[in-house]
Amino acid sequence: MAKKIEPRVPMPEQSPKERIRNFNEVPYGYTPEMAKKEASRCLQCKKPKCVSGCPVEINIPSFIGLVKEGDFGGAIKKIKETNLLPAICGRVCPQETQCEEVCVLAKNGQPVAIGRLERFCADWERSLGEEKISLPKCAPPTGKKVAVVGAGPAGLTVASDLAKLGHKVTIFEALHKPGGVLVYGIPEFRLPKEIVFAEVRILQKLGVELITNYIVGKTETVDELLERYDAVFIGTGAGAPAFMRIPGENLGGIYSANEYLTRSNLMKAYLFPETDTPIHRGKVVAVIGGGNVAMDSARTALRLGAERVLLIYRRTREEMPARAEEVHHAEEEGVEFHFLTNPVRYHGDEKGNVKEMECLKMRLGEPDSSGRPRPVPIENSNFRLSVDTVIVAIGNLANPIVPKSTPNLTVNKNGNIVADEDGRTSREGVFAGGDIVTGAATVISAMGAGRRAARAIHSYIMEKSSR
Amino acid sequence: MKAFQVVKKEHLSEQVWRMKIFAPHIAKKHKAGQFVILRVEEKGERIPLTVADSDSKAGVITLIFQVVGATTHKLSCLKEGDCLRDLVGPLGTPTHIEKYGSVVAVGGGIGIAPLYPIVKALKAAGNRLIGILGARTKSLLILEEEMRALMDETLISTDDGSYGERGVVTDVLKRLKERGEKIDLVIAIGPAIMMKFVCALTAEYKLPTLVSLNPIMVDGTGMCGACRVEIGGETKFACVDGPEFDGHKVNWDLLMKRLRFYNEQEKVSYELAKKCTCGGD
Repeated sequence: MAKKIEPRVPMPEQSPKERIRNFNEVPYGYTPEMAKKEASRCLQCKKPKCVSGCPVEINIPSFIGLVKEGDFGGAIKKIKETNLLPAICGRVCPQETQCEEVCVLAKNGQPVAIGRLERFCADWERSLGEEKISLPKCAPPTGKKVAVVGAGPAGLTVASDLAKLGHKVTIFEALHKPGGVLVYGIPEFRLPKEIVFAEVRILQKLGVELITNYIVGKTETVDELLERYDAVFIGTGAGAPAFMRIPGENLGGIYSANEYLTRSNLMKAYLFPETDTPIHRGKVVAVIGGGNVAMDSARTALRLGAERVLLIYRRTREEMPARAEEVHHAEEEGVEFHFLTNPVRYHGDEKGNVKEMECLKMRLGEPDSSGRPRPVPIENSNFRLSVDTVIVAIGNLANPIVPKSTPNLTVNKNGNIVADEDGRTSREGVFAGGDIVTGAATVISAMGAGRRAARAIHSYIMEKSSR
Repeated sequence: MKAFQVVKKEHLSEQVWRMKIFAPHIAKKHKAGQFVILRVEEKGERIPLTVADSDSKAGVITLIFQVVGATTHKLSCLKEGDCLRDLVGPLGTPTHIEKYGSVVAVGGGIGIAPLYPIVKALKAAGNRLIGILGARTKSLLILEEEMRALMDETLISTDDGSYGERGVVTDVLKRLKERGEKIDLVIAIGPAIMMKFVCALTAEYKLPTLVSLNPIMVDGTGMCGACRVEIGGETKFACVDGPEFDGHKVNWDLLMKRLRFYNEQEKVSYELAKKCTCGGD
């Protein structure tokens, strides 16, 4: 007789009505009892599929087994063997397309809540106080020095892996705070910034040096870094916003998602005038795009007091790249979805601010290169929507500063740095990984790339010295 | 010396200050036409300021700014020995310097500050230089001596006639052209409206004209697109593609409208900042 499988333990969260008036994190997280109960649903498969579904190959059944026994300290240690940033991954990884998708229980639509358990373990450890957080063991100093460009998910992973191998790592960050997209892009209500800063402090305890306000390519070039370091890792992310290049797109009140989110998240414009950075608190806000960044922008606009937030997407719900959980949260909070709709022009008022968005209706056609049905405009279907703020969240391109200032560093037609699976670029001693190589992707895939690059950097610098 | 420490602070005119700041990495790399982004304190905004001069040996950069809002007010409250919270640069594409021949450098108000390092570099490249410096009134004219030292000829105009000739910089430029002066390049830096009128005039004369734009910025590295400007109908990011552009191609009205977008909020934060009475000097 097969054992009856209990349903997933739900994670308590702020009600939609309450949370759209604050920037606090939406879910509260599991209690220890909830975590043990959820962990007991794991079948402890002999050949676990979840592990291969994880880009950094966390030993998932093993840590969940420890949670079930109530050994939370053991569980977090197990996770940290392969992932130094569990509080972040537990929150922002798309588990439903990774570890949880391949969980045996997923067949019934109720996979083990691996992400929630990972988050629980990390939060449990953090609640003990930062001084009690266990530091991984570091190999004796090798005397080798590595420069990491960009303190985002890829750079932080490379730094932690190389520090553990005994190398001296310096991270150079362009902005005034570390974290990259975790800090400027992902909102506080999805990932509290203090969690990111705590993870960075742990890296610093491992001996990693962090230098903010330092733009590699401007303040110092990659070639100059190579004179001082044995290797350089470039993890500068997808730091250039794409626009649609349609008439009126430069009107006042039209933001890239990067600008809107940076103002709100990094500069804390939601606290204005307590902070100095302003942001336009629109009444009717249109967000263009269907990814996680679009959801983050829409939900931020609601919290900034918008009466209506219209999410404009040119395909249908099925093709939206955003995580199901983000779409669900956005809907619960009152974001209105307008599918098969695409803006073609903006109209402004006498001050040069946007007042109307002209759209076309679309239909789905043949699949395009991404495999998704191509959106095809329906002729003469133009209609107008009154809006006072628009957030363009249609993706990011590669930031050109490092490639432009680094001779002989090969980039592809999109400006992304060309690197092999292990992050090796066309320049000896220069490695790259994360969004600057792949184009905009996920936090965990950038961390996976960082992990592989760290291994390659380690063998490169150790071989070079034995030559 | 600490990073981003104010080493020297001077009052240049009503509301205009000159600060020397310890930033050896930036001083070493700075080229004419580039800018920095700074933040005065933890709750502060990031603002761009053009570097007015740099001394790589001393590791010091010079910033000249006019108090126009919360951030510049707070900046003016720093004393020698205090530190900026954040400072990053040098940003933007440097001015293309070569021997053009005869260059007219037009500076209006606080715009004379960013003009100075460009003029210095053009002088070093062997150009003949004519300066046209404009201000609302005599007491607001900055860097006159420094500019005169570099120029082959310096002409001054004030709106109220309190110094030099009464009128605006375009009047002076017009007469310079009328007297038959051979001009190979015009560089104009000042308020958007001044640059717009200089460019309208030089377009008539078919004189190549370079301007430096000052849109609102956040990160200054091409990441956010706040500084979008239209150049010849194409959208550019002033922080990485500029800040200097062919003045005849700039959509001036768009620039001026975008500059005004946060007027209301800027007033609110400036009023709040002024309540903090640390009192300049």
